[in-house]
Amino acid sequence: MTAAQIVAEVFYCVIGLVFILVGVKALKDDGCSKKATTAAFWFLLAFTFICGQWLVNANLAWVVGAAIVVMACLTAIGGVVQTKNDVPDPDSVRAMADKYGYKIFIPAACIAVTAVVGATLGSKVPALSWLTANNAIGLSGVVALIAALLLTKCDPKYAAVDGARLMDNVNTTGILPQLLSALGALFTAAGVGEAISYYVSMVVPENSILIACFVYCLGMALFTMIMGNGFAAFSVIMVGVGIPFLISKGANPTIVGALGLTAAYCGTLCTPMAANFNIVPAALLETKSKYSVIISQIPFAVCMLLTHVVLLYVLAF
Amino acid sequence: MLIRLIGVAVVIVGLVLKFDTIATVVLAGIVTGLVGGMSIMDILATLGKSFVSNRTATLFVLTLPAIGICERFGLKEKAIDFIRSIKSATAGRVIIVYEVIRTLAAAFSIRLGGHPQFVRPVVVPMAEGAAVAKYGEINDKMSDDIKGAAAGAENYGNFFAQNCFMGASGTLLIVSTLNEQGFATVNALDVAKWSIPVAVISVILGAARNLWLDKQLDNEAAKGGNK
Repeated sequence: MTAAQIVAEVFYCVIGLVFILVGVKALKDDGCSKKATTAAFWFLLAFTFICGQWLVNANLAWVVGAAIVVMACLTAIGGVVQTKNDVPDPDSVRAMADKYGYKIFIPAACIAVTAVVGATLGSKVPALSWLTANNAIGLSGVVALIAALLLTKCDPKYAAVDGARLMDNVNTTGILPQLLSALGALFTAAGVGEAISYYVSMVVPENSILIACFVYCLGMALFTMIMGNGFAAFSVIMVGVGIPFLISKGANPTIVGALGLTAAYCGTLCTPMAANFNIVPAALLETKSKYSVIISQIPFAVCMLLTHVVLLYVLAF
Repeated sequence: MLIRLIGVAVVIVGLVLKFDTIATVVLAGIVTGLVGGMSIMDILATLGKSFVSNRTATLFVLTLPAIGICERFGLKEKAIDFIRSIKSATAGRVIIVYEVIRTLAAAFSIRLGGHPQFVRPVVVPMAEGAAVAKYGEINDKMSDDIKGAAAGAENYGNFFAQNCFMGASGTLLIVSTLNEQGFATVNALDVAKWSIPVAVISVILGAARNLWLDKQLDNEAAKGGNK
């Protein structure tokens, strides 16, 4: 293994540790009727993070696959829930906000800054070649944590308590991006991309890059509107349209990827399927129509989607 | 050819019917593998191997302990204080300022909490307050317009700027999907950089949209006889 890979494995073990903390927290929550299944989910997930690479190297990748199927069964029966969290008391948070003021933004800003600086140095300085973009993100979490602990001088146990609390808030959807990337791999292995591109090629003329850009952006938005989930749309449309019709024609894969997901978000703005962003806020704000937010967003979303087509056409080729 | 798309159909049906997302995705993968002629062991191994190689997409977890501590020590409260300290003359301008702040926060992965913690208690009252000060009174339609625009600004800032952060789950999804498909040069730093144009344009379009909101409110107030 290279130094970069070793550092990455260390970070994945730390992530596994966070999952274990969420699982242990579930086990301790006696008021929760689903604590066993919840803990089982997080422990299995931790297992795939900590032992995953070793199992793959030993040709035992199927064990990880089986663990994923068990985790999916646990979420399917509604067995994974949020458990009791040590939520900071609002009065004490207010007192702390008054005490530390805007300085509390320093550790938060450290995350983004360290990640960018680290990744840039890592790609330029040979001695820092272990500092890949991914490892720079891990490093940014560590630097920000140290900054937060130094600034607040709080008990370091809160790194564990609050890390587990936020992970529990994100809950099972946190692994969705990873799972969707894996689904993309299965789609490719089983020829789904070829099948989609076979049908798309019926409407997209062979050499029209502009039409391909349009179909890609519109496909992202429409799939997101139907499914309510931009991440899922991204996996399908990237494999079916982005790669065969844009990247294989010479488009820059980074730009196709970056614009693809935000094109999908244009769809999120227009669909009641994305209830958390559109329907729940309307209810929360007590608007007269439950579609007020969507209606308000549609002109913006259409302009934004057309902008994506133009940007893709101009920047990616 | 059509049968191969059954996995896509499973994802669509599962999400539209609001089945559990994780289970839907895993089921779609298994069904796809089966119609693609793979054995169960092949499917499990492919799923396992790609899940492990895509652990990248879950790297955001490493930033949670630091963010959690910042929240415990008043991160969100100070963000609210900051927004409250801004004085703007019109509803549209209040929302524009909020969208700029929301965009910057998203690009720095500072979670502001969205509609429940920001838009309802802070932005909408400020925007409506500005409108009442300007027009004397606002009717239901004006109130709905303001609320819709404020909720929208939260979404624009959140959606179109979050990928400017290298460790955002969307950024990592893009990286891991493309790496998995064989494009090894794609990395989080470059995806974050190429997400900047869209973030900038979203702020400009959002500003235009909210200047238009002020126009709408002017018209509505004039129509209502400017009580």
